Amino acid sequence: MSTDTSGAIDGVTLYDVDNPAPVIEPPRKRTKKTPKGGGTNFEMIAWLFMRLSGIVLVVLVIGHLLIQLVLDGGVSKIGFAFVAGRWASPWWQTWDLVMLWLAMLHGANGLRTVINDYAERDNTRFWLKMLLYTATVFTILLGTLVIFTFDPNIS
Amino acid sequence: MATPVMDKAQATATADYITATFRIRRFNPEESDAVIWEDFQITIDPKERVLDALHKIKWDTDGTLTFRRSCAHGICGSDAMRINGRNRLACKTLIKDINPDKPITVEPIKGLTVLKDLVVDMEPFFQAFRDVMPFLVTEGNEPTRERLQSAEDRERFDDTTKCILCAACTSSCPVFWNDGQYFGPAAIVNAHRFIFDSRDEAGEQRLEILNDKDGVWRCRTTFNCTDACPRGIEVTKAIQEVKRALITRRF
Repeated sequence: MSTDTSGAIDGVTLYDVDNPAPVIEPPRKRTKKTPKGGGTNFEMIAWLFMRLSGIVLVVLVIGHLLIQLVLDGGVSKIGFAFVAGRWASPWWQTWDLVMLWLAMLHGANGLRTVINDYAERDNTRFWLKMLLYTATVFTILLGTLVIFTFDPNIS
Repeated sequence: MATPVMDKAQATATADYITATFRIRRFNPEESDAVIWEDFQITIDPKERVLDALHKIKWDTDGTLTFRRSCAHGICGSDAMRINGRNRLACKTLIKDINPDKPITVEPIKGLTVLKDLVVDMEPFFQAFRDVMPFLVTEGNEPTRERLQSAEDRERFDDTTKCILCAACTSSCPVFWNDGQYFGPAAIVNAHRFIFDSRDEAGEQRLEILNDKDGVWRCRTTFNCTDACPRGIEVTKAIQEVKRALITRRF
């Protein structure tokens, strides 16, 4: 083998019966000491939220895409005036607000499970999640602020 | 009744033999820390099983080949391995069914520590099994006769009684590969077997154990476990039933 990473150097192996090679253990494994049940329903509520918000988001997002990109002239009609006209109505304000919150929380929770599944070290997992939560909170707050304080008479 | 003639049968017996290549993933920590693929060419009847081929290699070619098997008839669950990239029991897989024209790859099941060749450390798997309390729990005095159950009540959990704990499902699960803290399909199947048993009284307790962050909610419904199960248990369905039981009992 050209890329020989084994213990063999010049035909002499480092490992024998009394000195076996280390086995490759999976990153995290279940032992007797694995903590049992935190007693919270958080994972269940998160799982339920994904299902329910998903159903609502299908309606909200497809409706949003239709209005923005397909109906009534398509994407070319979008401009400051179009957005200002839509956000003058509480109906579209609510629509966009609900869509923003549900989509951000749905996406963030999905990414949280991906990080939980794939990050191997506790430190990596912690910091990736902190980055995710910060980005989520920032986007939700900024979006909410814009929807409520939008001023069509901007100079 | 006339005695059957033997000579014709013997003449055709070896005519069906084919030459098949078995590409086996070898690891021997007493020699090297490197994992290598080793090819073995053997002449064998394609109607034989992969386990017979492994025996032939071990007995006739290379005695150091290491694998587990006990009953060799698909009941004990010792010889689950990854054959041509799929988890199966070597004793239930016929060579003719997995295209012997190409090399047949044989690997240990994934997600568990490989100790030597095809032998893995099953301890984390059995720890998850023990953690769901896979035994009958009842209250009150012991009855003086059998604990009777209607046929319908028995039917409710019939599918999950078939588990042989071979770990083919758990070691096919991508969540388990990345995080061995997850209970895994086999443990959930064995919890399901008691949760839905009308004679058992610790269903709530088992549901609470599986409500953990490493419990049923980590299941991503990829159906790998259902495909892998050599006993044909609808594993993913059982996991979903446990999820539903958790939700409907509290809402």
